[in-house]
Amino acid sequence: MKFRIYRYNPDADKKPYMQDFELADPEPGMMLLAALLKIKDTIDESLSFRRSCGEGVCGSDGMNINGINGLACVTPLASLKQPIEIRPLPGLPVVRDLIVDMDQFWQNYRDVKPYLIVNDPMPEVELPQTPQQREQLDGLYECILCACCSTQCPSFWWNPDKYLGPAALLQASRFIEDSRDQATEERLAALEGPFKLFRCHSIMNCVQVCPKGLNPTRAINNIKKMMVKRSL
Amino acid sequence: MECKTTAVVSGDVNDSIDMPDLPRRQFDALIIGAGGGGLRAALQLANADASVAVVSKVFPTRSHTVAAQGGMNAALANVLPDNWHWHMFDTVKGSDYLGDQDAIEYMCRAAPTAVYELEHFGVPFSRLDNGSIYQRPFGGQSQNFGGDQAARTCAAADRTGHAILHSLYQQNIRAKTHFFDEYFAVDLLKDDQGYILGALAFNIHNGEPVIIEAKTTLLATGGAGQLFRTTTNALINTGDGMGMALRAGVPLQDMEFFQFHPTGIAGRGMLITEGARGEGGYLVNADGERLMERYAPKAKDLASRDVVSRAIATEVREGRGCGPNKDHVMLKLDHLGEDVIQKRLPGIRQTCITFVGIDPAVAPVPIFPTAHYTMGGIPTNRDGQVVMPVKDTPEEPVPGLYAAGECACVSVHGANRLGGNSLLDILVFGRAAANHIIDYLSENRYHRPIDSDSLESAVNRMQRWDRKGDGEGESVSGLRDELKMVMENHCSVFRNDEVLAEGVAKVEQIVERFKHARIDDHSAVFNTARVEALELENLLGVALATIHSARARQESRGAHSRTDYTERDDINWMRHSLYSLDTGLDYKPVRTKPISVDSFPPKARVY
Ligand SMILES: Cc1cc2nc3c(=O)[nH]c(=O)nc-3n(C[C@H](O)[C@H](O)[C@H](O)COP(=O)(O)OP(=O)(O)OC[C@H]3O[C@@H](n4cnc5c(N)ncnc54)[C@H](O)[C@@H]3O)c2cc1C
Ligand code: SF4
Ligand code: SF4
Ligand code: FES
Repeated sequence: MKFRIYRYNPDADKKPYMQDFELADPEPGMMLLAALLKIKDTIDESLSFRRSCGEGVCGSDGMNINGINGLACVTPLASLKQPIEIRPLPGLPVVRDLIVDMDQFWQNYRDVKPYLIVNDPMPEVELPQTPQQREQLDGLYECILCACCSTQCPSFWWNPDKYLGPAALLQASRFIEDSRDQATEERLAALEGPFKLFRCHSIMNCVQVCPKGLNPTRAINNIKKMMVKRSL
Repeated sequence: MECKTTAVVSGDVNDSIDMPDLPRRQFDALIIGAGGGGLRAALQLANADASVAVVSKVFPTRSHTVAAQGGMNAALANVLPDNWHWHMFDTVKGSDYLGDQDAIEYMCRAAPTAVYELEHFGVPFSRLDNGSIYQRPFGGQSQNFGGDQAARTCAAADRTGHAILHSLYQQNIRAKTHFFDEYFAVDLLKDDQGYILGALAFNIHNGEPVIIEAKTTLLATGGAGQLFRTTTNALINTGDGMGMALRAGVPLQDMEFFQFHPTGIAGRGMLITEGARGEGGYLVNADGERLMERYAPKAKDLASRDVVSRAIATEVREGRGCGPNKDHVMLKLDHLGEDVIQKRLPGIRQTCITFVGIDPAVAPVPIFPTAHYTMGGIPTNRDGQVVMPVKDTPEEPVPGLYAAGECACVSVHGANRLGGNSLLDILVFGRAAANHIIDYLSENRYHRPIDSDSLESAVNRMQRWDRKGDGEGESVSGLRDELKMVMENHCSVFRNDEVLAEGVAKVEQIVERFKHARIDDHSAVFNTARVEALELENLLGVALATIHSARARQESRGAHSRTDYTERDDINWMRHSLYSLDTGLDYKPVRTKPISVDSFPPKARVY
């Protein structure tokens, strides 16, 4: 099994380069993350990437795999054309090898006030929510903040500090849609202007790459609709 | 992110002390670990206007709490009648009477509030038609002290941990908690009187060390599932806090009790939540027999985890396993119908399809007991204070040191944890520890100077890996893989003296060889090889504690099943093990007296 992997260590390398690796007989059903771990353990310890859960729930190991962003731990080797070309998530500064600096991504996440805001006094028990109201959050709350979507989005590449990007906007939607949240007006107002929300041109790259099958474009369009209604 | 209260860049307090010239930060409270336990504590402290720093070796939402599926126990009685006292009974019985009953009472009483708080923080719990929180049955739950099955586990589909961890992180964003993301904590720092005064950590991005001085330090570093080759745990679960505690002279408690979850995907280790059986799934052997009917006639597939894991291991040993190698049994879910599976178990459906190509809505899934949860850990009282024996006092607090979550041992789980009780544990005791820290801070207003020896040994430990060797010495990854294999072969579901004795020798030998291990990556930038080396050192300490404690305990209790001592022995062994690096094994009594109710005396455990 052949791999071409992006390498860059600012400590040692003047510029990035691609390095070839080969793994003899990978186990059946092997995921890309397992292959990377094996390369690191047996061929080159200095190969650097993030990982934690190994099962697609923590969002650590987003990377660009044969041109498409995805999580290494849930990408079967068998599904990939060789040599498997692996690069860091595009559009963010590279720290080392497959590790990118996510500061801007987190900044955008924090910008949408991603927390429940309730101004009324809290009851002694749970805030009521019907199963139908709760269903509105399906497809929104499951996001694992892997950044696969935002770093595949051209609008985010051009203006990462102005356009919030699909991941942050999906979270904005998650709280706007929550029947318990009391800050909808404030949240919508904060998304006004040509950039934060409206830079999304519905190119749908984000939808194609989301490893959790979420649909940021739909969430963004829902917010847009609410903005239009609000301005009438 | 800006911190709420000023973090003094130091030098102004301890100028007189001779120490390496390292950058310093000062906070009231340091929390090591940003899983559910650490984040719950951080939120409580931030809301009380303490200056609090949270250090995590991964970005907070990558912590392993994110992987918890099934839910969190609390006697809300939303679905079936329930109360905290029944929950307490089940927990004591589940613990095989090794749990401390004061802590268990405290936890079960606090559970409903803990859930309501989470809901107010924004956790998207699944709901019932009347708008209240959905609860599902889980193993080991009963109504009325051992009667009918209860439904006590509050769930957000099968992504409860994700929902909780994200909501807690979000609330900490609101509270402006100060985060040190992707910093690795190396060792605790102290003074000569034994006060714990913070930790040495380094920024993984650039390798730069920093002394984080704090009046209190809370360890919330999670479990040590990476001890075993096949595990449901994340790669980051390497028992770092336990390793740090051991090196600081604190013993580890009850480490022989490691939970093997009955339903890990066979050979792969991904977890299938007990909630799958709670929703009506059941186990079958090669003969198509519903095997749990034989082992637990009443509770069947919802017996305690130790019972179900032993049953599966026994079926396989006796030749009734499934597949060409007869090495697993099957979990049947397809009879539940696609709707229920999609609504209640969407995450595990995805996992099964991804990892074994089986849709549980269509066909049964191969499963086998898999290393899952560290019942033992850093001993604490129910205020989260770390305690250890000093002279005649079995539980003397270590000043300034706290522990909560899976790295701690309160002990509410005793010899066997009930499903759904760990998320509860981390939240209840994360909060309790924070509350005690707030009191401690009001009485201890000033930072104490750190002892230079303690700093030096921490710095040495970190710098050891910067030395360029001569290419000799074994690789860290090779030793790690060997350790995991040894633990899997010598400290698994069934144990006996011969196998354990061999295991002890092998682990000790790996510890020796580790002294000469090497890494070849000496870069300062995001050096994951160095992180893995430091993690292995922690794992080795935990392995020693685990296998020594297991060999010494000559009885079968909860998750510790000895084929040479098959019975529980309350006369000699109803006590907690304590293992320390310097003095080996010691024991202390179980706290059998609850806070306000009568004690539950040990009884035979039947499900
Ligand atoms: C697959 C799975 C499913 C589960 N499902 C359930 C369930 O349904 N119900 C239930 O009750 N329990 C469940 N559990 C158990 C429960 O999830 C865990 O016990 C619990 O989440 C542990 O939380 P924690 O806060 O103690 O630690 P963790 O969430 O593991 O967090 C540990 C933190 O410590 C940090 N850390 C560790 N070492 C260092 C270091 N050296 N320097 C800096 N930071 C460090 C990490 O970065 C991380 O932030 C499950 C466990 C697994 C593995
Ligand atoms: S749909 Fe919008 S958010 Fe998604 S990739 Fe296109 S521009 Fe980006
Ligand atoms: S929406 Fe999908 S791709 Fe984007 S961050 Fe969330 S999980 Fe990742
Ligand atoms: S390692 Fe957690 S998502 Fe891949």
